[in-house]
Amino acid sequence: MSNEWPLWEVFIRGQHGLNHRHVGSLHAPDAEMAVNNARDVYTRRNEGVSIWVVKSSDITASAPSEKGPLFDPSNSKVYRHPTFFEIPDEVGHM
Amino acid sequence: MELDLKPAVDQSALFAFLVRLGDNALILGHRVSEWCGHSPALEEDIALSNTALDLIGQTQLWLGLAGEIEGQGRSADDLAYLRDGYEFRNILLVERPNGDFGKTLMRQFLFDAWHYLLMKALQNSSERRIAEIAEKAFKEVAYHLERSQDLVIRLGDGTDESHRRMQAALNDLWPYTGELFASDDVEQTLSAAGVIPHPQSLKSGWDEIVSTTLSEATLQKPDDGYMHKGGRRGVHTEHLGFILTEMQFLQRAYPGAVW
Repeated sequence: MSNEWPLWEVFIRGQHGLNHRHVGSLHAPDAEMAVNNARDVYTRRNEGVSIWVVKSSDITASAPSEKGPLFDPSNSKVYRHPTFFEIPDEVGHM
Repeated sequence: MELDLKPAVDQSALFAFLVRLGDNALILGHRVSEWCGHSPALEEDIALSNTALDLIGQTQLWLGLAGEIEGQGRSADDLAYLRDGYEFRNILLVERPNGDFGKTLMRQFLFDAWHYLLMKALQNSSERRIAEIAEKAFKEVAYHLERSQDLVIRLGDGTDESHRRMQAALNDLWPYTGELFASDDVEQTLSAAGVIPHPQSLKSGWDEIVSTTLSEATLQKPDDGYMHKGGRRGVHTEHLGFILTEMQFLQRAYPGAVW
């Protein structure tokens, strides 16, 4: 076990109505300090209205080695994309 | 027709007060900036540098207004870079050496608690320009306090080593806190005119913030013994000279240099 502070992933909401986006990570001893540190490290230029932090170790990621089985099958299923419909002009920009 | 009979505020008192305020922010901002690149963790380094930048930004506003009120054509930069030590009016607390990280944070906390109350009160100043600057500064200072208070509690109530260091820092800095509430003709005049709160009126609020925080940090509040003072009338410790030597070097060596 190292003496380093745990790593936290930082998510920032840039504007009301938008989703939180992953912006990076940082070290902090606990969640409260992680929020403070995130404020200082990632919102110095007025980037955010809300901050989420989550311990990096609490994130479960998909394994790169399973990339094939996970993602390839959807490659050849073009019919899942809604590209076969003619959009009437009256609808305008979608 | 109703006449506005409100007497003009004493401009020289206003200038003196603004220089005191600006110099506190300037010297503390410089002190804190000395940590840039030296903090114990990257995150702390950025956080402290942010605090330093906030304080220097506030300096620009306070000294800028001071120069305007003085009416001799001196800018905030002129006041910061071209005065000698005896013309500086910051309290002695802010020129204390940084010491270890804990001592820097303890100094910051003792100052922030006072700064917070002052900026809060100054938002009601009868002098509009002061109220406007205070409103902007208050948000920054409220965060400074939140942060330094949090870290003082964590380090005070931390390991034996961090507790020992925080208590030593507190004991060392305590005799410099009396000057936060000192007053003379300048403060008397301005508080009577509703421009500023009387310094003593901030004392009970400060005592409350400090007592609560220290007890949560399991630190022993020192007794009020002898209190150092002098900075507010230009009588400084030897440390200020070293700060100015570094801070003013460029303008002294290359007068009028710009970028």
